[in-house]
Order: sequence, then C-alpha cells, then structure tokens
Amino acid sequence: MAAGHSPGSHSESPLIQLKSVSHTFSTATGPLPVLDGLEISIAEGQFTAVVGPSGCGKSTLTRLIAGLMKPDTGEVWLHGEKVVSPRSTVGMAFQNPVLLEWRSILKNVMLPLEIVPNKLSVKEREERARYLLALVGLEGFEEKRPSELSGGMRQRASLCRSLVHKPDVLILDEPFGALDAFTREDLWQTMHTLREEEPFTALLITHDLRESIFLADEVVVLSGRPAKSQYVLSVDMPGKRTLDDLYTPQASDMLATLREQIKIAQGHGKAGGHSA
Amino acid sequence: MSIRRIFIPVATIVVFLLLWEWLVWVNQWPNYKMASPTDIWPAFWKFKHLFLQYGWQTLWRTIAGLAIAIVVGTFLGLIMGMSRSVREALYPLLVGFNAIPKATVVPILALMLVGEHNINTILMAFMISFFPIAVSVSIGLSTLEPEYRDILKALGASRFMIFRKIALPKTLPEFFGALKVAVTLAFIGTNLVEIIEPHGRGLGHLFDSAKINSDYPLMFAVLIALAFMGILLYYVVVILEQIFAGWAERSPT
Ligand SMILES: Nc1ncnc2c1ncn2[C@@H]1O[C@H](COP(=O)(O)OP(=O)(O)OP(=O)(O)O)[C@@H](O)[C@H]1O
Ligand SMILES: [Mg+2]
Repeated sequence: MAAGHSPGSHSESPLIQLKSVSHTFSTATGPLPVLDGLEISIAEGQFTAVVGPSGCGKSTLTRLIAGLMKPDTGEVWLHGEKVVSPRSTVGMAFQNPVLLEWRSILKNVMLPLEIVPNKLSVKEREERARYLLALVGLEGFEEKRPSELSGGMRQRASLCRSLVHKPDVLILDEPFGALDAFTREDLWQTMHTLREEEPFTALLITHDLRESIFLADEVVVLSGRPAKSQYVLSVDMPGKRTLDDLYTPQASDMLATLREQIKIAQGHGKAGGHSA
Repeated sequence: MSIRRIFIPVATIVVFLLLWEWLVWVNQWPNYKMASPTDIWPAFWKFKHLFLQYGWQTLWRTIAGLAIAIVVGTFLGLIMGMSRSVREALYPLLVGFNAIPKATVVPILALMLVGEHNINTILMAFMISFFPIAVSVSIGLSTLEPEYRDILKALGASRFMIFRKIALPKTLPEFFGALKVAVTLAFIGTNLVEIIEPHGRGLGHLFDSAKINSDYPLMFAVLIALAFMGILLYYVVVILEQIFAGWAERSPT
C-alpha cells in the first residue's frame, strides 16, 4: 500500500502506537477477522481522526487502546509502555453519553475522580468539575439530572467527565454521531475550546468527513473489514479554525480525497491510494 | 401535593366502603354470604386484643420471611446477573421451584420441622416471595449496557467498584418494583401456613377459628386486617423506594 505514513513523520516516539495489530472475533457464524495488521501512531498532543466503513472495526480499535481488550497479535503501546490492562490516563466518550441518571450533572462529571487515585479533596474535585462544565457552556446546570438536559448538553457533560481526571489520551467513539447538524457544529467548536485549555492527545472515531478535517491534525482512513490503515491525510489548517474553513477550495480538496478513499475502502472504487 | 396524595386514597377507600355497605343492604345479603362494613367493625372491636396480638405475630413473621427473601433473592440475582452460565444453570431450578403450588409444601414443611411453627411460617413467606426479587435483580444486572461498565473499567475500576457505583444503583428501581410484589406474596405465604396448619397463632389462625365458629363478620374482619397490613407494608416499601431510587421517577411533563 503506497500511503500509510503521515507526511510529517514524528521524530520522538509517539504517545500512542499500534504495531501490526490483528484481531479476530469468534462468532456464532465462525471467525470474524476485524483488524488485520493495523499500524497507527499518534504523537503527543496530536488530534487524530479515524474514518472507515461501518463495522470495519473502529470501536474495537478504541477498546484496544483503552486496554479493555487485548489483540490476538500485535501490540498497543501507550507512553512507551505496552498496554495490557486499562489505565487511568485514558478518558473515553461514546455516541451514547452514558450519564448516570441517579446523579446530578456535577456528580456525573466527578465520577472518574472517585475511581482514579488522586490527592484532590472533595472541594477541589467539585471545583474541577465546575470549571469544565463552565468551559463547555453548562454553567447553571450542575445540579440538574441528565434527563433534564438536551442530547447536546448531555454529550457536553460526557466530554467533561472524560476530561475531569486530566487524561493524557482522549478516546472519542463517534461522540457527536447522534446529534443534529447544528448541535454537532457547536460541539466541534467546544472541542477546540477544550483543546486550547486542556492539552490532550486525541483519537476520534467519526463517520463525518467534515468533522474529521475540522477537528483533527491527521485523518486515518481504514479499509473495509478486516481493517488496516489505508490512507493518512494530514490536515494543514494552521491557526484557529472556524466553520468557514470548511468551505475553502483546500478543504474541498481534502474532503474529495477522503471521499474517494472511503469509496475504495468500501470496495467500490479502484484499489490503491495516493498521498494528498 | 401531599394533601392530595393522602386525601385521594383515603376518599377512595371511604367510597368503596359506602358502596359495599349499600350493596349488601340493597341485596339484603345475609352475613354468611357477605358481611357489611357495619357488621365487621363490631366483630373487630370485640376481638381487638386478639387482632393486635395475632396481627403482630403475622406481621413480624412476614417481615422476617421477607428479609430472608431480600438477602437470598438479591444474592441469587447477583450471581445470575453477573454470569450467564450461572443464569442458565439456575433458571430452570428456580422456575420449577416457583411453579410448585405452595399449599402442597405446607405439610412437607410441617413434617420436616415438627413444632417449629415460627420457622415454618417464616420459611414459607420467604419461599413464596424471593423469586421476583431474584429475577428482577438478575435482569437489572444483565441488561446493564456494556458502555456503562466500560466508562469505569477504562479507568481501571475493580469489579466491585463497578458494581457499587453503577450496577447496584441502576438495579434499585427494578429491585423495589419486585419488592412491592414480594410484600404481598410474603403475606400470602404466612397466612397459608397459619390457615392450613393452625397452631394457635397469627391472623390465619383467627380466621380459621372464626370459620369453625361460623362467625362470618369475624372472618371478613380478618381479611380486612390482612389487607390493611398489606397496604401498610407496601407503603413502607414505597417510602424506601422514594428515598433510595427516587431519581427513577420522571417528573410528569
Ligand atoms: N465482542 C464481539 N464479539 C463478536 N463480534 C464482535 C464483537 N465486537 C464487535 N464485533 C464485530 O466486529 C465488527 C467490528 O465491530 P466494531 O464495533 O469495531 O465496528 P465499528 O467500525 O465501530 O462499526 P460502526 O461504524 O458501526 O460503529 C463488527 O462486524 C461487529 O459485529
Ligand atoms: Mg463503532
């Protein structure tokens, strides 16, 4: 495969590294190969988006990095250590905000601090949670129940929860997938705000190509199942991004390239990819 | 709000009693066919000491049986909810056990534990009421979305932590729903033993002696007393539910 490495390869060892990771699920209808020699590396502070056909193994990839499961072959490295079990330096958010209905929004956000070892007092934990909630525009909703919030607000709270323990790595599995277009665009900007205030390395799974180039520094296209890294696009949009940046000729080119790659991944287009 | 919540049920009961009285009066039913509330009250008043004494015996044995049912039912629900193989192994046994008409178990219990009337009665209350608790807890745990588990597991939380922070509170509404059913079942269990194997205790015994003496108003009075205790215990559960699982109640919108 011609493409497979980012154009600006990083000199220091990456924060997240997948080394020829393969995984096969055994299902009722026989073995199902999901990942096949997947190679991905993400430098510290980098925001990487992963796109690919539905069911190609993207969520499996997030579970591997989070240490929730182990690959059949290959290795996942985080911070120069091989991942063998979950670690508290990871924050996760899913398409479903999974907030706990019996807790207030504030208490929901504080949840990771009750699990992860830390020296914060209850007051400091609360301050930390309030600070994040204010950052995503949820000031005044701290004492509300999750059911009293809109879908977009719940997802904001879920993002706060994934960040409250200052994880090094943020893993986002289609967190905006279930939201309407306007709310989604709102949350994209919230992500930029969060990233400015809270440095983290992120891996974002998404189905939305515009989302991928608006948020990420690098977009990885996975091939159809079993997935391998098919193409890597480096998003060159320096400075603070605005939604208008998505309508420049340069953005159109990137989107066209990604669309082309997705077609290939789905097996509709011609095989092979070329670097942007 | 609270006035409404007390006033409406009480008013319903008063209307119900009036209707009952009226029906008996209009149809000219004799006592043995259907006693009327005005017959029942004197019967109750005449034996009020017995009602207090026997009512207490029935109540504490029911609560004791219920307590065992909560402990055993929750434990069974826990292991069935956490492990699929345990669930598959235990379900047929539990369903089979639950399907046995409990009246047939009374003499068996009486033979197994001769003379141990308290234990007999408590055991029956337990046996008849643990099933819904076990089933609901196991369903609550096994239907926990994997993502809920994952958010804590990804942080390195132990199984116990996941259980305490997520599985347990999430199962509480189901648990209380089952407990409401279990309360009434436990009363049936206690009275089954008290009526079938009368040993001079409990409201069931009072009912049986009323039957022997053809004191029909007294029989009805016992039924009313049982219904009253059932309601009482039910509302205790409702209050506990509001304290521990009040979050599950959505505000009406
Ligand atoms: N625990 C499992 N056991 C068996 N098969 C599984 C398991 N988890 C996932 N799969 C299968 O592996 C494949 C990849 O699943 P995965 O959830 O990783 O895909 P995905 O790329 O996230 O899909 P989507 O885009 O729809 O979210 C799917 O076909 C799925 O059915
Ligand atoms: Mg997925």
